[in-house]
Amino acid sequence: MTFSGFQLLRNALNGGTGWTPHWRKAEPKPAYDVVIVGGGGHGLATAHYLAKDFGVNNVAVIEKGWIGSGNAGRNTTIIRSNYLLPGNIPFYELGMKLWEGLEQDLNYNAMVSQRGVLNLCHSDAQRDAFARRGNAMRLHGVDAELIDREAVRGMAPYLDFDNARFPIIGGLVQRRGGTARHDAVVWGYARAADKRGVDIIENCEATGLRSEGGKIVGVETTKGFVGANRVGLSVAGNSSRVAALADMRLPIETYALQAFVTESIKPLIDCVVTFGAGHFYISQSDKGSLVFGGDLDPFPSYAQRGSLHVFSDVAENAMAVMPMLGRLRILRSWGGVMDMSMDGSPIIDATPIEGLFFNGGWCYGGFKATPAAGFCFAHLIAKGEPHQAAAPFRLDRFATGRVIDEKGVGATPNLH
Amino acid sequence: MLINCPYCGPRDLLEFTVKGEARARPDAAADLDSEASRAGFVDAVYLRDNPAGRHKEHWLHASGCQSWLVIERDTRTHEIFGASLVASDAEGAKS
Repeated sequence: MTFSGFQLLRNALNGGTGWTPHWRKAEPKPAYDVVIVGGGGHGLATAHYLAKDFGVNNVAVIEKGWIGSGNAGRNTTIIRSNYLLPGNIPFYELGMKLWEGLEQDLNYNAMVSQRGVLNLCHSDAQRDAFARRGNAMRLHGVDAELIDREAVRGMAPYLDFDNARFPIIGGLVQRRGGTARHDAVVWGYARAADKRGVDIIENCEATGLRSEGGKIVGVETTKGFVGANRVGLSVAGNSSRVAALADMRLPIETYALQAFVTESIKPLIDCVVTFGAGHFYISQSDKGSLVFGGDLDPFPSYAQRGSLHVFSDVAENAMAVMPMLGRLRILRSWGGVMDMSMDGSPIIDATPIEGLFFNGGWCYGGFKATPAAGFCFAHLIAKGEPHQAAAPFRLDRFATGRVIDEKGVGATPNLH
Repeated sequence: MLINCPYCGPRDLLEFTVKGEARARPDAAADLDSEASRAGFVDAVYLRDNPAGRHKEHWLHASGCQSWLVIERDTRTHEIFGASLVASDAEGAKS
Protein backbone atom coordinates (compact mmCIF):
# COMPACT_ATOMS: atom_id res chain seq x y z
CA MET A 1 0.00 0.00 0.00
CA THR A 2 1.20 3.50 -0.77
CA PHE A 3 0.38 6.04 1.92
CA SER A 4 -1.46 9.10 0.63
CA GLY A 5 -4.11 11.60 1.61
CA PHE A 6 -6.65 9.49 -0.25
CA GLN A 7 -5.72 6.34 1.74
CA LEU A 8 -5.95 8.30 4.98
CA LEU A 9 -9.44 9.50 4.11
CA ARG A 10 -10.58 6.08 2.89
CA ASN A 11 -9.39 4.36 6.07
CA ALA A 12 -10.85 7.08 8.24
CA LEU A 13 -14.22 6.27 6.70
CA ASN A 14 -13.95 2.47 6.86
CA GLY A 15 -12.74 2.29 10.45
CA GLY A 16 -9.08 1.70 9.63
CA THR A 17 -9.75 -1.80 8.31
CA GLY A 18 -7.73 -1.18 5.15
CA TRP A 19 -4.35 -0.80 6.87
CA THR A 20 -2.00 -3.72 6.32
CA PRO A 21 1.18 -4.82 8.15
CA HIS A 22 4.17 -2.72 7.13
CA TRP A 23 6.48 -5.65 6.53
CA ARG A 24 6.22 -9.45 6.21
CA LYS A 25 7.29 -11.76 9.02
CA ALA A 26 9.95 -13.53 6.98
CA GLU A 27 11.69 -16.81 7.76
CA PRO A 28 15.24 -17.32 6.46
CA LYS A 29 15.84 -18.86 3.04
CA PRO A 30 18.88 -21.14 2.68
CA ALA A 31 20.94 -18.40 1.03
CA TYR A 32 20.96 -14.74 -0.01
CA ASP A 33 23.23 -12.46 -2.02
CA VAL A 34 23.72 -10.31 1.08
CA VAL A 35 22.94 -10.90 4.76
CA ILE A 36 22.91 -7.90 7.08
CA VAL A 37 23.39 -8.72 10.76
CA GLY A 38 21.51 -6.20 12.89
CA GLY A 39 17.98 -4.91 12.30
CA GLY A 40 18.43 -1.41 13.65
CA GLY A 41 18.17 1.79 11.66
CA HIS A 42 21.57 1.29 10.04
CA GLY A 43 20.99 -2.33 9.00
CA LEU A 44 17.53 -1.64 7.58
CA ALA A 45 18.72 1.51 5.79
CA THR A 46 21.55 -0.53 4.28
CA ALA A 47 19.05 -3.10 3.00
CA HIS A 48 16.80 -0.37 1.61
CA TYR A 49 19.57 1.36 -0.34
CA LEU A 50 21.03 -1.98 -1.52
CA ALA A 51 17.65 -2.80 -3.08
CA LYS A 52 16.74 0.69 -4.27
CA ASP A 53 20.01 2.19 -5.49
CA PHE A 54 22.39 -0.71 -6.05
CA GLY A 55 20.09 -3.38 -7.56
CA VAL A 56 20.72 -5.99 -4.86
CA ASN A 57 17.29 -7.30 -3.84
CA ASN A 58 18.10 -10.78 -2.56
CA VAL A 59 18.91 -9.51 0.92
CA ALA A 60 18.11 -10.65 4.45
CA VAL A 61 18.31 -8.54 7.60
CA ILE A 62 18.62 -10.70 10.70
CA GLU A 63 17.86 -9.23 14.11
CA LYS A 64 18.19 -10.98 17.47
CA GLY A 65 15.21 -9.17 19.01
CA TRP A 66 12.64 -7.07 17.23
CA ILE A 67 13.73 -4.42 14.76
CA GLY A 68 14.65 -1.13 16.32
CA SER A 69 14.89 -2.62 19.82
CA GLY A 70 18.50 -1.52 20.31
CA ASN A 71 19.97 1.93 19.99
CA ALA A 72 17.57 2.90 17.16
CA GLY A 73 14.83 3.06 19.80
CA ARG A 74 16.99 4.45 22.62
CA ASN A 75 18.47 7.68 21.28
CA THR A 76 17.40 11.30 21.69
CA THR A 77 16.34 11.58 18.00
CA ILE A 78 18.64 14.49 17.07
CA ILE A 79 19.76 14.99 13.46
CA ARG A 80 22.52 17.44 12.48
CA SER A 81 25.67 17.85 10.41
CA ASN A 82 27.55 20.46 12.47
CA TYR A 83 30.97 18.82 12.48
CA LEU A 84 34.47 20.27 12.22
CA LEU A 85 36.78 17.91 10.37
CA PRO A 86 36.96 17.34 6.60
CA GLY A 87 36.58 13.57 7.16
CA ASN A 88 33.28 14.08 8.96
CA ILE A 89 31.47 17.08 7.43
CA PRO A 90 30.82 15.66 3.92
CA PHE A 91 29.54 12.41 5.39
CA TYR A 92 27.11 13.96 7.86
CA GLU A 93 25.96 16.48 5.26
CA LEU A 94 25.20 13.62 2.86
CA GLY A 95 23.14 12.29 5.75
CA MET A 96 21.36 15.61 6.26
CA LYS A 97 20.42 15.74 2.57
CA LEU A 98 19.07 12.19 2.78
CA TRP A 99 17.05 13.16 5.88
CA GLU A 100 15.57 16.07 3.92
CA GLY A 101 14.24 13.71 1.25
CA LEU A 102 13.65 10.69 3.46
CA GLU A 103 9.89 10.80 3.79
CA GLN A 104 9.34 11.06 0.04
CA ASP A 105 11.90 8.33 -0.57
CA LEU A 106 10.27 5.96 1.92
CA ASN A 107 6.65 7.12 1.47
CA TYR A 108 6.57 7.22 5.27
CA ASN A 109 6.08 9.93 7.85
CA ALA A 110 9.33 9.88 9.82
CA MET A 111 8.40 13.22 11.42
CA VAL A 112 11.63 14.82 10.25
CA SER A 113 11.54 18.25 11.83
CA GLN A 114 14.22 20.77 10.91
CA ARG A 115 13.66 22.83 14.04
CA GLY A 116 17.29 23.88 14.39
CA VAL A 117 20.15 22.83 16.64
CA LEU A 118 21.53 25.53 18.95
CA ASN A 119 24.96 24.93 20.57
CA LEU A 120 25.55 27.37 23.44
CA CYS A 121 28.95 28.92 24.15
CA HIS A 122 30.02 30.26 27.52
CA SER A 123 33.47 31.80 27.02
CA ASP A 124 35.39 33.79 24.43
CA ALA A 125 37.58 30.78 23.69
CA GLN A 126 34.54 28.64 23.07
CA ARG A 127 33.05 31.28 20.78
CA ASP A 128 36.28 31.27 18.77
CA ALA A 129 36.08 27.50 18.49
CA PHE A 130 32.45 27.77 17.35
CA ALA A 131 33.43 30.38 14.74
CA ARG A 132 36.05 27.97 13.44
CA ARG A 133 33.59 25.09 13.31
CA GLY A 134 30.91 27.25 11.68
CA ASN A 135 33.38 28.42 9.04
CA ALA A 136 34.50 24.85 8.36
CA MET A 137 30.86 23.88 7.89
CA ARG A 138 30.16 26.79 5.53
CA LEU A 139 33.26 25.99 3.46
CA HIS A 140 31.70 22.55 2.96
CA GLY A 141 28.36 24.06 1.95
CA VAL A 142 26.65 23.34 5.27
CA ASP A 143 24.52 26.01 6.94
CA ALA A 144 25.91 27.52 10.14
CA GLU A 145 25.21 30.77 11.95
CA LEU A 146 27.18 32.27 14.81
CA ILE A 147 24.76 34.27 16.94
CA ASP A 148 25.22 36.58 19.90
CA ARG A 149 23.69 36.49 23.35
CA GLU A 150 20.64 38.57 22.44
CA ALA A 151 19.88 36.38 19.44
CA VAL A 152 20.14 33.31 21.69
CA ARG A 153 17.73 35.03 24.08
CA GLY A 154 15.33 35.50 21.18
CA MET A 155 15.42 31.78 20.42
CA ALA A 156 15.44 30.45 23.97
CA PRO A 157 14.54 33.07 26.58
CA TYR A 158 14.15 30.45 29.32
CA LEU A 159 17.87 29.69 29.60
CA ASP A 160 19.95 30.92 32.55
CA PHE A 161 21.84 33.76 30.86
CA ASP A 162 23.28 35.19 34.05
CA ASN A 163 24.65 32.01 35.53
CA ALA A 164 27.76 33.14 37.42
CA ARG A 165 29.95 30.26 36.29
CA PHE A 166 28.55 29.59 32.82
CA PRO A 167 27.11 32.82 31.38
CA ILE A 168 25.69 32.33 27.90
CA ILE A 169 27.53 34.60 25.48
CA GLY A 170 26.29 33.25 22.16
CA GLY A 171 25.73 30.16 20.11
CA LEU A 172 26.24 28.29 16.88
CA VAL A 173 23.02 27.40 15.09
CA GLN A 174 22.42 24.86 12.38
CA ARG A 175 18.87 25.65 11.33
CA ARG A 176 18.60 22.60 9.06
CA GLY A 177 19.30 20.31 12.01
CA GLY A 178 16.51 19.08 14.25
CA THR A 179 14.86 15.84 15.20
CA ALA A 180 13.18 12.83 13.59
CA ARG A 181 10.90 10.19 15.07
CA HIS A 182 13.36 7.34 15.70
CA ASP A 183 10.89 4.43 15.63
CA ALA A 184 9.25 5.72 12.45
CA VAL A 185 12.67 5.83 10.79
CA VAL A 186 13.12 2.14 11.58
CA TRP A 187 9.60 1.22 10.45
CA GLY A 188 9.86 3.33 7.32
CA TYR A 189 13.13 1.73 6.22
CA ALA A 190 11.79 -1.74 7.09
CA ARG A 191 8.63 -1.20 5.07
CA ALA A 192 10.48 0.25 2.08
CA ALA A 193 13.09 -2.54 2.09
CA ASP A 194 10.42 -5.23 2.50
CA LYS A 195 8.52 -3.82 -0.49
CA ARG A 196 11.61 -4.37 -2.61
CA GLY A 197 11.88 -8.00 -1.53
CA VAL A 198 14.22 -7.77 1.45
CA ASP A 199 13.51 -10.45 4.10
CA ILE A 200 13.42 -8.99 7.61
CA ILE A 201 13.95 -11.86 10.04
CA GLU A 202 13.32 -10.97 13.67
CA ASN A 203 14.17 -13.06 16.76
CA CYS A 204 17.09 -14.53 14.83
CA GLU A 205 20.47 -14.08 16.51
CA ALA A 206 23.78 -14.53 14.70
CA THR A 207 25.73 -17.20 16.57
CA GLY A 208 28.59 -17.69 14.12
CA LEU A 209 30.22 -16.25 11.01
CA ARG A 210 31.29 -19.11 8.75
CA SER A 211 34.24 -18.56 6.44
CA GLU A 212 36.20 -20.91 4.18
CA GLY A 213 39.67 -20.10 2.88
CA GLY A 214 39.45 -16.52 4.11
CA LYS A 215 36.08 -15.89 2.44
CA ILE A 216 32.76 -15.52 4.19
CA VAL A 217 30.19 -18.13 3.22
CA GLY A 218 27.34 -17.38 5.57
CA VAL A 219 25.98 -16.77 9.05
CA GLU A 220 25.06 -19.34 11.70
CA THR A 221 21.88 -18.20 13.39
CA THR A 222 19.41 -19.40 15.98
CA LYS A 223 17.20 -20.24 12.97
CA GLY A 224 19.87 -22.27 11.21
CA PHE A 225 22.64 -21.55 8.72
CA VAL A 226 22.02 -18.77 6.19
CA GLY A 227 24.40 -18.74 3.24
CA ALA A 228 25.75 -15.51 1.72
CA ASN A 229 29.06 -14.54 0.21
CA ARG A 230 28.60 -10.97 1.35
CA VAL A 231 27.76 -10.25 4.98
CA GLY A 232 27.45 -6.83 6.59
CA LEU A 233 27.72 -6.32 10.35
CA SER A 234 25.73 -3.41 11.73
CA VAL A 235 25.24 -4.22 15.39
CA ALA A 236 26.27 -1.05 17.28
CA GLY A 237 27.21 -1.77 20.91
CA ASN A 238 27.57 -5.48 20.22
CA SER A 239 30.14 -4.95 17.44
CA SER A 240 33.00 -6.51 19.42
CA ARG A 241 30.93 -9.57 20.32
CA VAL A 242 29.85 -10.25 16.74
CA ALA A 243 33.30 -9.49 15.30
CA ALA A 244 34.73 -11.97 17.82
CA LEU A 245 32.72 -14.67 15.99
CA ALA A 246 35.16 -14.07 13.12
CA ASP A 247 38.18 -13.84 15.47
CA MET A 248 38.47 -10.08 14.96
CA ARG A 249 39.35 -7.57 17.68
CA LEU A 250 38.10 -4.05 17.14
CA PRO A 251 39.22 -0.58 18.24
CA ILE A 252 35.98 -0.31 20.20
CA GLU A 253 34.81 -0.30 23.82
CA THR A 254 31.14 -0.59 24.77
CA TYR A 255 29.61 1.91 27.19
CA ALA A 256 26.09 2.67 28.41
CA LEU A 257 24.54 6.03 27.57
CA GLN A 258 21.38 7.13 29.32
CA ALA A 259 18.50 9.27 28.15
CA PHE A 260 15.59 10.75 30.07
CA VAL A 261 12.10 12.11 29.44
CA THR A 262 10.00 14.33 31.65
CA GLU A 263 6.26 14.53 31.97
CA SER A 264 4.56 16.30 29.06
CA ILE A 265 4.24 20.06 29.16
CA LYS A 266 2.98 22.70 26.77
CA PRO A 267 5.30 23.74 23.91
CA LEU A 268 8.46 25.24 25.39
CA ILE A 269 11.61 24.26 23.52
CA ASP A 270 11.18 24.65 19.77
CA CYS A 271 14.70 23.60 18.79
CA VAL A 272 17.48 21.37 20.09
CA VAL A 273 19.63 23.10 22.74
CA THR A 274 23.06 21.90 23.84
CA PHE A 275 24.90 23.19 26.91
CA GLY A 276 28.50 24.08 26.10
CA ALA A 277 30.01 24.08 29.58
CA GLY A 278 29.11 20.49 30.33
CA HIS A 279 27.60 17.71 28.31
CA PHE A 280 23.85 18.14 28.10
CA TYR A 281 21.38 18.28 25.20
CA ILE A 282 17.63 18.73 25.27
CA SER A 283 14.65 18.95 22.94
CA GLN A 284 10.89 18.60 23.26
CA SER A 285 9.06 15.71 21.66
CA ASP A 286 5.82 16.23 19.81
CA LYS A 287 4.03 14.62 22.77
CA GLY A 288 5.35 17.44 24.96
CA SER A 289 7.96 15.55 26.97
CA LEU A 290 11.38 17.07 27.32
CA VAL A 291 13.96 14.56 26.07
CA PHE A 292 17.52 14.96 27.30
CA GLY A 293 20.83 13.25 27.90
CA GLY A 294 24.43 13.81 28.87
CA ASP A 295 27.59 11.80 29.43
CA LEU A 296 28.31 8.11 29.23
CA ASP A 297 28.63 5.92 32.26
CA PRO A 298 32.36 5.88 33.03
CA PHE A 299 33.08 2.15 32.77
CA PRO A 300 32.51 -0.38 29.95
CA SER A 301 28.98 -1.74 30.11
CA TYR A 302 26.66 -4.01 28.17
CA ALA A 303 23.77 -3.25 30.51
CA GLN A 304 21.02 -1.28 28.77
CA ARG A 305 20.62 0.93 31.80
CA GLY A 306 22.80 3.49 33.53
CA SER A 307 24.10 4.52 36.93
CA LEU A 308 22.36 6.92 39.29
CA HIS A 309 25.46 9.08 39.80
CA VAL A 310 25.59 9.79 36.05
CA PHE A 311 21.94 10.80 36.17
CA SER A 312 22.69 13.22 38.99
CA ASP A 313 25.53 14.69 36.91
CA VAL A 314 23.15 15.14 33.96
CA ALA A 315 20.59 16.74 36.28
CA GLU A 316 23.24 19.19 37.56
CA ASN A 317 24.05 20.13 33.96
CA ALA A 318 20.34 20.64 33.33
CA MET A 319 19.96 22.93 36.33
CA ALA A 320 23.01 24.96 35.31
CA VAL A 321 21.54 25.90 31.94
CA MET A 322 17.79 25.68 32.45
CA PRO A 323 16.85 25.95 36.14
CA MET A 324 13.13 25.60 35.45
CA LEU A 325 13.75 21.93 34.73
CA GLY A 326 13.96 21.38 38.49
CA ARG A 327 10.19 21.69 38.67
CA LEU A 328 9.54 18.87 36.24
CA ARG A 329 9.23 15.21 37.09
CA ILE A 330 11.23 12.61 35.20
CA LEU A 331 8.94 9.97 33.71
CA ARG A 332 11.45 7.47 32.37
CA SER A 333 15.13 6.85 31.95
CA TRP A 334 16.79 4.16 29.89
CA GLY A 335 20.17 3.21 28.50
CA GLY A 336 21.65 2.03 25.24
CA VAL A 337 25.03 0.41 24.70
CA MET A 338 27.35 2.50 22.53
CA ASP A 339 30.21 1.23 20.39
CA MET A 340 32.82 3.84 21.35
CA SER A 341 35.65 3.91 18.85
CA MET A 342 39.14 4.99 19.85
CA ASP A 343 39.08 8.32 18.01
CA GLY A 344 35.38 9.10 18.34
CA SER A 345 34.68 8.53 14.64
CA PRO A 346 32.92 5.61 12.96
CA ILE A 347 34.12 2.72 10.82
CA ILE A 348 32.56 1.67 7.49
CA ASP A 349 34.98 -0.71 5.85
CA ALA A 350 35.79 -4.15 4.52
CA THR A 351 37.43 -6.58 6.96
CA PRO A 352 40.38 -8.97 6.47
CA ILE A 353 37.79 -11.69 5.68
CA GLU A 354 36.69 -11.42 2.05
CA GLY A 355 33.02 -10.59 1.76
CA LEU A 356 32.65 -9.56 5.42
CA PHE A 357 31.96 -5.85 5.89
CA PHE A 358 31.76 -3.79 9.05
CA ASN A 359 29.72 -0.72 10.00
CA GLY A 360 30.14 0.47 13.59
CA GLY A 361 32.01 2.58 16.08
CA TRP A 362 29.26 5.19 15.97
CA CYS A 363 29.89 6.27 19.54
CA TYR A 364 26.80 8.16 20.66
CA GLY A 365 26.09 9.66 17.24
CA GLY A 366 24.62 6.76 15.31
CA PHE A 367 21.04 7.93 14.91
CA LYS A 368 21.73 11.06 12.89
CA ALA A 369 23.99 8.99 10.65
CA THR A 370 21.32 6.38 9.84
CA PRO A 371 20.61 7.35 6.20
CA ALA A 372 24.21 8.17 5.26
CA ALA A 373 25.62 5.10 7.01
CA GLY A 374 23.03 2.90 5.28
CA PHE A 375 23.77 4.44 1.90
CA CYS A 376 27.56 4.27 2.22
CA PHE A 377 27.49 0.75 3.68
CA ALA A 378 25.24 -0.40 0.83
CA HIS A 379 27.69 1.19 -1.65
CA LEU A 380 30.60 -0.64 -0.03
CA ILE A 381 28.82 -4.01 0.02
CA ALA A 382 27.47 -3.71 -3.53
CA LYS A 383 30.56 -2.32 -5.24
CA GLY A 384 33.33 -3.57 -2.98
CA GLU A 385 34.76 -0.08 -2.67
CA PRO A 386 33.94 2.74 -0.24
CA HIS A 387 31.63 5.62 -1.04
CA GLN A 388 33.64 8.83 -1.31
CA ALA A 389 31.94 10.38 1.74
CA ALA A 390 32.82 7.40 3.95
CA ALA A 391 36.29 6.66 2.55
CA PRO A 392 38.13 8.03 5.65
CA PHE A 393 36.20 5.71 7.99
CA ARG A 394 38.69 2.90 7.62
CA LEU A 395 39.22 0.05 10.03
CA ASP A 396 43.02 0.27 9.73
CA ARG A 397 43.31 4.02 10.34
CA PHE A 398 44.54 3.47 13.90
CA ALA A 399 47.51 1.47 12.61
CA THR A 400 48.28 3.98 9.84
CA GLY A 401 47.83 7.07 12.02
CA ARG A 402 44.94 8.51 9.98
CA VAL A 403 42.62 8.93 12.93
CA ILE A 404 39.70 11.38 12.77
CA ASP A 405 39.76 13.07 16.16
CA GLU A 406 36.73 15.30 15.93
CA LYS A 407 37.11 16.63 19.46
CA GLY A 408 40.58 17.94 18.64
CA VAL A 409 42.22 16.25 21.58
CA GLY A 410 44.13 13.58 19.69
CA ALA A 411 43.51 9.91 19.58
CA THR A 412 41.97 9.16 22.92
CA PRO A 413 41.61 5.53 23.85
CA ASN A 414 40.52 5.40 27.50
CA LEU A 415 39.21 8.96 27.39
CA HIS A 416 35.56 8.32 26.53
CA MET B 1 28.33 0.08 43.71
CA LEU B 2 30.94 -0.78 46.35
CA ILE B 3 34.51 -1.68 45.52
CA ASN B 4 36.49 -3.58 48.09
CA CYS B 5 39.85 -1.80 48.09
CA PRO B 6 42.63 -4.04 49.49
CA TYR B 7 43.86 -1.13 51.65
CA CYS B 8 40.71 0.83 52.48
CA GLY B 9 37.97 -1.80 52.53
CA PRO B 10 34.57 -1.36 50.86
CA ARG B 11 34.34 2.13 49.36
CA ASP B 12 31.90 3.90 47.08
CA LEU B 13 32.35 3.76 43.30
CA LEU B 14 32.65 7.54 43.13
CA GLU B 15 36.05 7.42 44.86
CA PHE B 16 37.47 5.51 41.91
CA THR B 17 38.50 6.26 38.32
CA VAL B 18 38.43 3.54 35.69
CA LYS B 19 41.23 3.28 33.16
CA GLY B 20 40.03 0.39 31.00
CA GLU B 21 41.08 -3.13 30.14
CA ALA B 22 43.97 -4.48 32.26
CA ARG B 23 46.49 -6.08 30.00
CA ALA B 24 50.23 -6.37 29.61
CA ARG B 25 52.08 -3.61 27.80
CA PRO B 26 54.05 -4.49 24.68
CA ASP B 27 57.71 -5.27 25.23
CA ALA B 28 59.58 -1.96 25.20
CA ALA B 29 62.93 -3.73 24.93
CA ALA B 30 62.08 -5.19 21.52
CA ASP B 31 63.14 -3.59 18.22
CA LEU B 32 60.64 -0.74 18.23
CA ASP B 33 60.78 -0.25 14.47
CA SER B 34 59.99 -3.83 13.55
CA GLU B 35 56.63 -4.77 12.05
CA ALA B 36 55.91 -7.03 14.98
CA SER B 37 56.63 -4.30 17.49
CA ARG B 38 54.43 -1.80 15.67
CA ALA B 39 51.62 -4.33 15.47
CA GLY B 40 52.04 -4.99 19.17
CA PHE B 41 51.73 -1.31 20.03
CA VAL B 42 48.68 -0.80 17.80
CA ASP B 43 47.15 -3.82 19.44
CA ALA B 44 47.89 -2.57 22.95
CA VAL B 45 46.82 1.04 22.39
CA TYR B 46 43.77 0.62 20.16
CA LEU B 47 42.36 -2.91 20.09
CA ARG B 48 40.14 -4.36 22.79
CA ASP B 49 38.51 -7.67 23.66
CA ASN B 50 35.53 -5.68 24.95
CA PRO B 51 33.70 -8.75 26.28
CA ALA B 52 30.11 -8.93 27.47
CA GLY B 53 30.89 -10.70 30.71
CA ARG B 54 33.91 -10.89 33.01
CA HIS B 55 36.41 -8.13 32.33
CA LYS B 56 39.69 -7.30 34.10
CA GLU B 57 40.15 -3.57 34.44
CA HIS B 58 42.55 -1.05 35.92
CA TRP B 59 40.95 1.27 38.45
CA LEU B 60 42.60 4.05 40.45
CA HIS B 61 41.42 4.68 44.00
CA ALA B 62 41.85 8.40 43.33
CA SER B 63 39.97 9.75 46.36
CA GLY B 64 41.36 7.13 48.68
CA CYS B 65 44.73 5.44 48.98
CA GLN B 66 45.64 6.27 45.36
CA SER B 67 46.48 2.66 44.63
CA TRP B 68 46.13 1.20 41.14
CA LEU B 69 43.88 -1.82 41.30
CA VAL B 70 42.97 -4.68 39.03
CA ILE B 71 39.25 -5.30 39.29
CA GLU B 72 37.37 -8.13 37.68
CA ARG B 73 33.84 -7.03 36.85
CA ASP B 74 30.94 -8.40 34.82
CA THR B 75 30.16 -5.79 32.13
CA ARG B 76 26.52 -6.97 31.94
CA THR B 77 25.65 -6.88 35.65
CA HIS B 78 28.53 -4.82 37.16
CA GLU B 79 29.07 -7.57 39.71
CA ILE B 80 32.62 -7.32 41.07
CA PHE B 81 34.56 -10.55 41.60
CA GLY B 82 37.52 -9.07 43.42
CA ALA B 83 40.03 -6.25 43.56
CA SER B 84 43.77 -6.63 43.94
CA LEU B 85 46.71 -4.26 43.84
CA VAL B 86 48.26 -3.97 40.39
CA ALA B 87 51.65 -4.71 41.93
CA SER B 88 50.46 -8.04 43.27
CA ASP B 89 48.71 -9.10 40.07
CA ALA B 90 50.80 -11.21 37.72
CA GLU B 91 49.23 -9.71 34.61
CA GLY B 92 49.10 -6.23 36.07
CA ALA B 93 52.70 -6.33 37.19
CA LYS B 94 53.84 -6.00 33.60
CA SER B 95 51.60 -3.03 32.92
